[in-house]
Amino acid sequence: MNTASNHDAHGPKSGIMRWITTTNHKDIGNMYLIVALAMFFVGGAMAMVIRAELFQPGLQLVNPHFFNQMTTLHALIMVFGAVMPAFVGFANWQVPLMIGAPDMALPRLNNWSFWLLPFAAVMLVSTLFMEGGAPAAGWTMYPPLVQQTGDAFPFLIFTVHLLGMSSILGAINIIVTIVNMRAPGMTLLKMPMFVWTWLITAFLLIAVMPVFAGAVTMLLTDQYFGTSFFNTAGGGDPVLFQHLFWFFGHPEVYIMILPSFGVISQVIPTFARKPLFGYASMVYATAAIAFLSFIVWAHHMFTVGMPISGQLYFMYATVLIAVPTGVKVFNWLATMWRGSMTFETPMLFALGVVVMFTFGGFTGVMMGTAPTDVQYHDSYFIVAHFHYTLVSGAVFSVFCGAYYWLPKWTGYMYDEKLGKLHFWLTAISFNVLFFPQHFLGLAGMPRRIPDYALQFADWNMVSSIGGFAFGLAQLIFLWVVIKAVRGGEPASDEVWEGADGLEWTLSSPPPYHSFNEAPKVS
Amino acid sequence: MFRSKTSTRLNGLLGVGLTLGTADALAAWTLNLSPGVTPISRAVFDLHTLLMWVCVVIAIGVFGVMFWSIFHHRKSRGAVPAKFTHSTIVEVVWTTIPFLILVGTAIPATKAIILMEETGEAADMTIKVTGYQWKWKYEYLDEDISFFSNLAATSRDVRNGGDPRGVKNYLLEVDNELVVPVNKRIRFLITADDVLHSWWIPAFGMKRDAIPGFMNEMWASIDTPGTYRGQCAELCGKDHGYMPIVVVAKSEVEYRQWVAGKQGAARAEQAAAGKTWNKAELLARGEQVYNTSCAACHQANGAGLPGVFPAITGSAVAIGPQDAHLDIVMNGKKGTAMQAFAAQLSDTDIAAVVSYQRNALGNSVGDSVQPSDVKAKRR
Ligand code: HEC
Ligand SMILES: [Cu+2]
Repeated sequence: MNTASNHDAHGPKSGIMRWITTTNHKDIGNMYLIVALAMFFVGGAMAMVIRAELFQPGLQLVNPHFFNQMTTLHALIMVFGAVMPAFVGFANWQVPLMIGAPDMALPRLNNWSFWLLPFAAVMLVSTLFMEGGAPAAGWTMYPPLVQQTGDAFPFLIFTVHLLGMSSILGAINIIVTIVNMRAPGMTLLKMPMFVWTWLITAFLLIAVMPVFAGAVTMLLTDQYFGTSFFNTAGGGDPVLFQHLFWFFGHPEVYIMILPSFGVISQVIPTFARKPLFGYASMVYATAAIAFLSFIVWAHHMFTVGMPISGQLYFMYATVLIAVPTGVKVFNWLATMWRGSMTFETPMLFALGVVVMFTFGGFTGVMMGTAPTDVQYHDSYFIVAHFHYTLVSGAVFSVFCGAYYWLPKWTGYMYDEKLGKLHFWLTAISFNVLFFPQHFLGLAGMPRRIPDYALQFADWNMVSSIGGFAFGLAQLIFLWVVIKAVRGGEPASDEVWEGADGLEWTLSSPPPYHSFNEAPKVS
Repeated sequence: MFRSKTSTRLNGLLGVGLTLGTADALAAWTLNLSPGVTPISRAVFDLHTLLMWVCVVIAIGVFGVMFWSIFHHRKSRGAVPAKFTHSTIVEVVWTTIPFLILVGTAIPATKAIILMEETGEAADMTIKVTGYQWKWKYEYLDEDISFFSNLAATSRDVRNGGDPRGVKNYLLEVDNELVVPVNKRIRFLITADDVLHSWWIPAFGMKRDAIPGFMNEMWASIDTPGTYRGQCAELCGKDHGYMPIVVVAKSEVEYRQWVAGKQGAARAEQAAAGKTWNKAELLARGEQVYNTSCAACHQANGAGLPGVFPAITGSAVAIGPQDAHLDIVMNGKKGTAMQAFAAQLSDTDIAAVVSYQRNALGNSVGDSVQPSDVKAKRR
């Protein structure tokens, strides 16, 4: 830690150069969170276009080609531009604070991995203005359709490369930090759950991002350099891409959900005023989920025509994930059990996650079961399912963590009344938005269509109304954040009565270099 | 224009509240899968029902405990936090029980998969289904019948901005239905010509991806006569939402009549290709062909979609030499969405649509193409 003390001499640079050249984990964390929030609204605006077009049957607002661009970009932006950067922002802020380190282990790399991100995001959004429009083949980019993309095609691939590089560098940094910079006495099995989940997530990232980058590079060479990886006419196989994509894509959903579990596992004990139940089993369950996430990918492909043995294997392995996931949910319940609970906004969001993510888990088991998945697959049922896991799972956890840590980061309490209003409006409109989509899927409505048969009209209208309300409710969050950054009731060091952990021993906001002297953990 | 739009919107809003009671909306607030009309769809429906109830029961248990705790173990009620942090017995129990439940549901699921995949058993008939952007081709391998199935004109006419309310089976109607007999074991061979599609009829409980260069298989044995509708389920580009599937299941006798009628029509079509067509006939037919087979990309007015699909109006190809024009229509252009229509359209249709493109949509070359020209070019 010798080098760390040298940093004392200088604080942040002033002006724009502070942000461009910063190597400080809090500055970089802030920048990640700001980009995530901005992209959340960009991706959200696209969702509003989708729901507005689907408000009633017939085409009113956009043409089908543009509609497909919206669904494709909405997904890419929400996954890679909003949820993942938000959790990397959390990791940047919280990992050093939680393990008692002065900063991340590789601060310059940290700067670089952040700055790749806004360029990737701008490049992706700029494809909207290119000849032929933005990518419109879905975020899954299945060939041969993706090869009909216009000028945007190479930009799509290069965006994925940049995002992948950014993620891998960030993941390396997180692993190195956690492995090397823990305060004396903090053994692995004393680390906070949030740190544990990020350690495991970072390994997932390093394992699967290169596969994704490789797969899209194969698309690129198929398009421009005459290879035939996925082109049947040249002896290739379009389904190969699906295998590669989902070998990345399935762990990818856990990359978004494991840090969510981490946040929830910090918040529930705080507001139940009782330590996390079954800490060790939580760690093992997280590791088990991460391991299983590598060997279940083809449950996204039950309709491509797999042999019986393949279907059976992927079905069994998939539903098995319910076991460690169940362990997590039960542990959270047992943490609440005979606690002394209060229900500030972070706790409300955490409970929202427990209820609604679990609901998404139920539909997950239904879809992991291959024969029923054949009906649900590519219908609105799956749209409902993954929004229950990714919105009321991951996005709610982002809100949960943001409310939980905002007072620590800004030094001011956020507006609790507005926070609660945000929660209730979000939770209610979320269910109005996505619950009816289960019905639509079961009634036979395919996903990714800009217009629909009349029997789907009623539930679509309900869903759209929920969607608009959900979108509006997010403006409250924006306002709460701005308000808390600008001032308010000063936050104590501990912030929450039941809070436990190193981050709560520092001042609110913490000093520019977090721990100059390593704290002792007993 | 504006007024009509607002009023439909208002109607729609009112619809949310009012249509619950009216007869034609009965299907609209559907909540669940339909049990369908095949052995597979019934097995899937039963499994779906089982899974749903298992989930409901677990949910009641888990959320019941949670809300009880939320209600009783709150600080405002003076709850004092307990000290326990783990319990090996409890943890083993709640790992084992879910595992056993999963084993319980995996048994019927395994049976259902085996039922679905019983494709080896001798089929009474085989139909090859090919997905195209954006239509289906059906080939009855035992009957020498083959035809394309496009979105019906009633839906097509309103899809760009019109009001679909009042259009019967909007987006779920085709020009040529797939007709099959009931109570016969039908084997479907599914493939695609260009990009991925997926052939899905919810009432059959089956969906199979259509993959270019690969042949997928599924089977159905329909036990109730009727009309069954579905849609393409795999994103396949711009008009993914506009390639419905309609299957009409008839009694064996009615089915045989239909087969005879289809075969007769095919012979008549062949005869028509032999005669010389006058220009008015060609243009009238060409307009029809254009609207079903070309307008999805090149647009009904020939303007195309800049950067994606070229305009026909003023196109150097469409007003240039006949031969090059015929060439791109018949052979397509590799690596683009422009397909080889030689394999899809009859000589007469190709002659008609090329004549139409040359003399309508703002073009006026003045010549026309005869079916015999197309035939000669096929070699
Ligand atoms: C799935 C979309 C699609 C459909 C359907 C389609 N085309 Fe095309 N068409 C294209 C594309 C894309 C091109 C441009 C190919 C290229 O890059 O040269 C094209 C090019 C053409 C051209 C040359 C235009 C020019 O100026 O280069 C003609 C003529 C043409 N198509 C005729 C037809 C006819 C006739 C039909 C219907 C029988 C039809 N197309 C259906 C997509 C389509
Ligand atoms: Cu399709």
